Amino acid sequence: MTAISQPAGQSFNRTLSGLVGLAAIVGCGVAGYFLFPDNLALLTRIVAVALLVLSLDLVTGYCGIATLGHAALFGAGAYGAGIAAAHFGVVSPLAMTGIGLAAGAVAGLISGVVLLRAHGLAQLVLSIAVVHLFHEAANKASGWTGGSDGLSGISPDPLLGLFEFDLWGRTVYVYAVVLLVIVFVLLRFVVHSPFGMLCRGIREDKVRVHAMGASVHGAQLRMFVISGAVAGVGGALNAISTQVVGLDSLSFTLSAEALVMLVLGGVGSLYGALIGTVAFMWFEDVVSAANPFHWLTMVGVLLIAVVLFAPRGLYGSAAALLTRGSGRR
Amino acid sequence: MQTVLSIAVDALAYGMVLFVISIGLSVTMGLMRVINLAHGAFAMVGGYCASYVAHAGFGYGIAIVAAMVATAIIALPLERLLYRRIYGASELTQVLMTIGITFCVIGLVNYIFGPTLKTVPLPEALRGSVDLGFRSVAKYRLFAILCGLIVAGGLWYLIERTAFGVRLRATVDNANMAASLGVRTQIVYAASFALAVALAAFGGVVGSELLPLEPYYALRYMVTFLVVVSVGGPGSIPGALLACLLLGAIDTIGRYLAPEYGEFFFYLAVIVIVTLFPRGLAGRLKKQ
Repeated sequence: MTAISQPAGQSFNRTLSGLVGLAAIVGCGVAGYFLFPDNLALLTRIVAVALLVLSLDLVTGYCGIATLGHAALFGAGAYGAGIAAAHFGVVSPLAMTGIGLAAGAVAGLISGVVLLRAHGLAQLVLSIAVVHLFHEAANKASGWTGGSDGLSGISPDPLLGLFEFDLWGRTVYVYAVVLLVIVFVLLRFVVHSPFGMLCRGIREDKVRVHAMGASVHGAQLRMFVISGAVAGVGGALNAISTQVVGLDSLSFTLSAEALVMLVLGGVGSLYGALIGTVAFMWFEDVVSAANPFHWLTMVGVLLIAVVLFAPRGLYGSAAALLTRGSGRR
Repeated sequence: MQTVLSIAVDALAYGMVLFVISIGLSVTMGLMRVINLAHGAFAMVGGYCASYVAHAGFGYGIAIVAAMVATAIIALPLERLLYRRIYGASELTQVLMTIGITFCVIGLVNYIFGPTLKTVPLPEALRGSVDLGFRSVAKYRLFAILCGLIVAGGLWYLIERTAFGVRLRATVDNANMAASLGVRTQIVYAASFALAVALAAFGGVVGSELLPLEPYYALRYMVTFLVVVSVGGPGSIPGALLACLLLGAIDTIGRYLAPEYGEFFFYLAVIVIVTLFPRGLAGRLKKQ
């Protein structure tokens, strides 16, 4: 696709590493299915949140926009799918996912328009304000969203009319992994496309890209819409799997946690986003089961440790170590 | 008329409490360029200290002083060990580090002191209400307003009129140049950090009637303080004062007249103001 500007070997290498990554995701998905058959709900939740973190990575990692309000897009997808199912009788899981995708994209557009008005600290504050605004609006419109009780009454039809959503969450888990794989492949194309390169250029040096004649604002806004679509799919998946949508899917806390997961894994790489999500949610599950009192303290310590000792995240630091090692050989 | 007046007094008191706490954050963000999301955590620690000192039978004044000193003593090693590493780092790094500190403080406070609400008992002199001739106003609210004014005046005097203020401003403008002129910048940073934290503790104690003290205080108001400072323009005393009074008024009016909307209007106002004044209210003043 971009082979014109690059030597063929590099392009081949990238295809290979993409296939290896894909195999790793599918492998982990299958292993999760057979190793933790009683924990499929948690695994599905991890996949949904992984979609949110991937979408945050598009904005923060590839465009360099720090945001603490990304749950707004996730929640928009969740409520979009949930309202379609509970109020309009759209209960086909594929249609719900599509509606979540569209709702997330629209929310991405709105929040992109607002956030791109400012830079730096002001941008961070705008992102916080946007997610709180979404939260309060959803709370107020309780006729549509169920308010603080949450939106219930979502009962999706069998997938493709064939596979019933069972009590153990097997179907929905398989659906989740398939969605993740599709999204991952599409996003690899996006971030390696000329458009993805342009976004990375904007992160490195906005003024220079502008001077080259590219539209900085336009590219960032487009990335926001793509990111919103991905987060919306995650939200819709969450709505389908838990069959209830709560206000917590629009919360500042979820936004902050998504950012923590992304930085833990490594900003600016799709693998980093996935690894960070799995590591954080697994850590959360283990620690909060072992000692709920110290859970928050542990997360705090983990965060400080990552900032001090692994500023490029788990994946980034591991990749740096590996390249250093192979360079020496 | 009665409603308008009581809203006005409440809004003023709330705005002033916000100001007392946020001005410390404004100092760290404007002068030291650190987005310190753990600021609310320090205010909470101050409030807890005061609560225990006051319940031990000491007076309200001693409780305030003890809270400020204790919080500063807790904060100084943190400045030396953690904050000094993130001066000049990217926003993302600063946000993550300080959120991490906040989480730690919440977890520890929850573990040591329990999840219950803590109070700082008001002294006899601040209870009840005072008659202003046309209507009576709670003494506590007048006290909060007075505290805000004193902090604003004192801080202005400290930064604009004293030798320490000169060194602080010099360090902010150009740390290397100030250091080569003999200003010990490390000490200036540590001192202003301690000052900022002590102000947070003071605000935490004085504001404990309006912002109730519990372990999640730090997280609940973290965003409010950050928003107020950024709307005012970091590092500006008049900007912070204006922002606190404006946002305090919007929030209080919203709560009185349309409580079912929660903080909707507060954040709507924030978006409008930040969009119109990306560098804060004071940033616009400076440019002209």
